[in-house]
Amino acid sequence: MTATSTPPSTSSPYAELKAPTTARRLLTAPTTGPLVALLLACVFFSFSTDQFFTGGNFSLIVQQVMVVGTLAIGQTLIILTAGIDLSCGAVMAFGSIMIAKMAAEGSLPPLVAIALGIAVCGGFGLLNGLLVQKIPLPPFIVTLGMLNVAFALTHIYSEEQTVTNLPGPLTALGQTFPLGNTDITYGSLVTIALFLLLAYALSSTGWGRHVYALGNSQEAARLNGIRTSRLTIGVYTVAGLLYGIAALLLISRTGVGDPQAGQTDNLDSITAVVLGGTSLFGGRGSVLGTFIGVLIVGVFRNGLQLMGVASIYQTLITGVLVILAVTVDQISRKKAR
Amino acid sequence: MSRTPRLPSALLRAAACTGLAALTLTACGSGSGTDTAGSGSGSVKVGLITKTDTNPFFVKMKEGAEKAAKADGVQLMTAAGKFDGDNAGQVTAIENMVAAGVKGILITPSDSKAIVPAIEKAKAKGVLVIALDTPTEPESAVDALFATDNLKAGELIGEYAKAAMKGKTAKIATLDLAPGVSVGVQRHNGFLKGFGIDDKDPSVVCSQDTGGDQAKGQTAMENCLQKEPGINVVYTINEPAALGAYTALKAKGREKDVLIVSVDGGCTGTQAVKDGKIAATSQQYPLKMAAEGVKAVVTYAKDGKKASGYTDTGVTLITDKAQDGVTSKDTAYGLENCWG
Repeated sequence: MTATSTPPSTSSPYAELKAPTTARRLLTAPTTGPLVALLLACVFFSFSTDQFFTGGNFSLIVQQVMVVGTLAIGQTLIILTAGIDLSCGAVMAFGSIMIAKMAAEGSLPPLVAIALGIAVCGGFGLLNGLLVQKIPLPPFIVTLGMLNVAFALTHIYSEEQTVTNLPGPLTALGQTFPLGNTDITYGSLVTIALFLLLAYALSSTGWGRHVYALGNSQEAARLNGIRTSRLTIGVYTVAGLLYGIAALLLISRTGVGDPQAGQTDNLDSITAVVLGGTSLFGGRGSVLGTFIGVLIVGVFRNGLQLMGVASIYQTLITGVLVILAVTVDQISRKKAR
Repeated sequence: MSRTPRLPSALLRAAACTGLAALTLTACGSGSGTDTAGSGSGSVKVGLITKTDTNPFFVKMKEGAEKAAKADGVQLMTAAGKFDGDNAGQVTAIENMVAAGVKGILITPSDSKAIVPAIEKAKAKGVLVIALDTPTEPESAVDALFATDNLKAGELIGEYAKAAMKGKTAKIATLDLAPGVSVGVQRHNGFLKGFGIDDKDPSVVCSQDTGGDQAKGQTAMENCLQKEPGINVVYTINEPAALGAYTALKAKGREKDVLIVSVDGGCTGTQAVKDGKIAATSQQYPLKMAAEGVKAVVTYAKDGKKASGYTDTGVTLITDKAQDGVTSKDTAYGLENCWG
């Protein structure tokens, strides 16, 4: 990310004449706006503070967004189907307490505890999906209920106690390895790998195309032979499994099992999805956009902190950016028509 | 309560810039490229991380830190969790402050245990870490602790309540904070100790968690009165909870014959003592905690001497109905020294 890199050929009027479709696609691609905003923010902070533009700091930012980022992948999948998940942070908190407690106080080997924790989170997702699809109920209501259920279970199961003295394998993903003179956290790589994997699945597999079709119109998708019921339940389950991985990342990052964790992560993940240009009405967006979205949040938080700006202004700016992002989405939708 | 933080001009510019960022950043970037560090990149930086930045207690703390930072010519950076209990937010703030090159960090831990690994990482990089108000678990995870002796704060109001009841049969309700939070546990235990009883004593007829919240305090008191209408002593974790209890008692017409005691000494709470809603409160001094903390970091930056151990920042019993044998000050003193 450098200040000098020029945006793709859209700036040239000739390019537009020769290849109007490409230019138009670039201009209206939902990730273009967020990417430009992210780059501009990086340029701004690089000029504003000496400590920003360093490998160590970028590694830190990725590390700071890996938990919400992983949650936001699941959130993106659900939002692409025109759903929403308010329970993701609470489900993750339950998963993390389960993993931590079973491994630290139970007699389970750490890897079994991790697998069980991720599976239980997947189970929450499956349950969400079944309720949304089979009864059916609005995703907002189902996941609002599940948010409370998972939150309460977390506090009941943990007995309000933070779990410490975790065995090594639980925090392994929080360890670092040197790359040049920068320390990279293993967990960051897991998050990036998950983003790439889901980006591939969405853009290049039949499953991915079906997810978009479902989000555009469930009825049309069904009439075209897509098994929408199975697909919806599958999407919520995959999201749940991703929350389980986020739970492990959370433990590895903080080194403890914390029953208070994740309380604002549902809204934070939705913020990232929206900032990344994914439409809340479904059928439009990408997980790579979401990755840019979480980075925008992380870059602003880190950059403003380095500049010495009080944290409440970070919240203020995040709010402004969300509204900007939705506005851009709406305008570009109209133009695309 | 005055909760409007001052806006340094660099900050205003930053806010304006970021708002414009999506449109035209080039102009902003070049415009503010030179004046970021404000007081010069060579100056000592001190970080203050509070539980939230909306609670008046922490606002006062920030004010104390700002004053001390200005007096000593050091640069203060502040951050806070999004909610009380937001450990991840505090960890992120520590990391960012270490990246910014702070000499010392003052922190009120939201989660006494969960914050410890992040503090240890900061200390390993040579940063002095001081806990304010709330100790870490273990307490030795930080270099030093500047805090109210919460057990003593509880004891003072316990002794006061015992003297005020003068041998009448007490039926006590305790409106607590939350399970497992050290501040709440210490105040609760201190109160019982001062009253000369323990948790199993039959005179404690109702105990409820309030999170220190006024609305929850009111609900808790209503439920306690439902359970035992004859309650005549109410211990509360803080003054918002006490005022919630007062509202519940008033609805039942019981506000005159129930003794409410509390801890904190905020200006709203102290005024409530003056108005006779709360009988007595143990006043603590957040401004002093932060000011002492900043001074300790300045000393460390100057001659490498690290503050250590526990420093009691003091607590005073405030009441207008003094009891024999219990040392207290009146609300005139309380209002002069209150926070919020």
